[in-house]
Amino acid sequence: MALDAATRTIVRDGIAVGVATGAYGISFGAISVASGLDVWQSCALSLLVFTGASQFALVGVIGSGGNPMLGALSGLLLGTRNTLYGLKVAPMVEWPGRRRAAAAHILIDESTAMTLTRTTRAHARAGFLSTGLSVFVLWNLATLAGAIAGDSLGDPRTYGLDAAVGGAFLGLLWPRLDSVRNRVAALLGAALALSLVPVTPAGVPVLAAGVVAFGLGLIGREEVAAS
Amino acid sequence: MIWLAVLVCGVGCYLLKLAGMSVPDRVLEHPVLRRTADLLPVVLLAALVAVQVLVTKGPDGPALGIDARLAGLGAACVALVLRAPFIVVVLVAALTAALLRL
Repeated sequence: MALDAATRTIVRDGIAVGVATGAYGISFGAISVASGLDVWQSCALSLLVFTGASQFALVGVIGSGGNPMLGALSGLLLGTRNTLYGLKVAPMVEWPGRRRAAAAHILIDESTAMTLTRTTRAHARAGFLSTGLSVFVLWNLATLAGAIAGDSLGDPRTYGLDAAVGGAFLGLLWPRLDSVRNRVAALLGAALALSLVPVTPAGVPVLAAGVVAFGLGLIGREEVAAS
Repeated sequence: MIWLAVLVCGVGCYLLKLAGMSVPDRVLEHPVLRRTADLLPVVLLAALVAVQVLVTKGPDGPALGIDARLAGLGAACVALVLRAPFIVVVLVAALTAALLRL
């Protein structure tokens, strides 16, 4: 099937997003091995989990000495946002059964963003697939490269890789700080987590901060209605 | 244990994606559920920033402490205000901390 001009543009944009996003897979790979995972575990994370924030969360908890399963739980909680994306993407791409099951793996921030702006099913599919697949390929290659590079660096603190983790999380958080409600939620979550650090095992404070989301979700009715 | 965590997180995250692609949109019509789901990434990422930057491994377990990582975060903040791309933000944070430790 020959692609029309609009579809070609969509595919080109999707690949561009993939290249840009894939590039920071290098930082994930390097941070992952600095946190105590080996190269294979880092690559398995990018292949199997394939959603950046959850992967950073898991290695972050392990790096701070927390139980790896608490890291997995933090990653799962962050992964719930992909469920929300799926609710919006599914009616646009309209894939049946097995194709939908395959497409679900590349349902992430970027593929969602490049799908929701389309007006036809064909264009939505083109945006979703070109972005999702190019991010997948480049993210995984970059993870491998970053993990091998990180492995040969020696003490990660010398290169500030421990500080890079905080920078990475801030970079992921930044675009979400676009409303007063979200800024308040962020401050409360950070404060609650820090207050729990001296009295709970590593990994628990971050999970416990999730309570703030539920608390604000319960009382936030008026604010959402007003916006 | 790390391998088990990788597998659990991988399978779980895939099922969360598949659920979103498979269940009808109505499921999230409940406003409390929708707001909680919206706020969850914000709260968790903020908590992760705080914990990654301000927690050190003390003799009796994790403790709060300030070191070069906080300067790295400050530099990352400046980079974000200047609309730097993600990879630059991460590099700036690392580089700042590394230079301070020389």
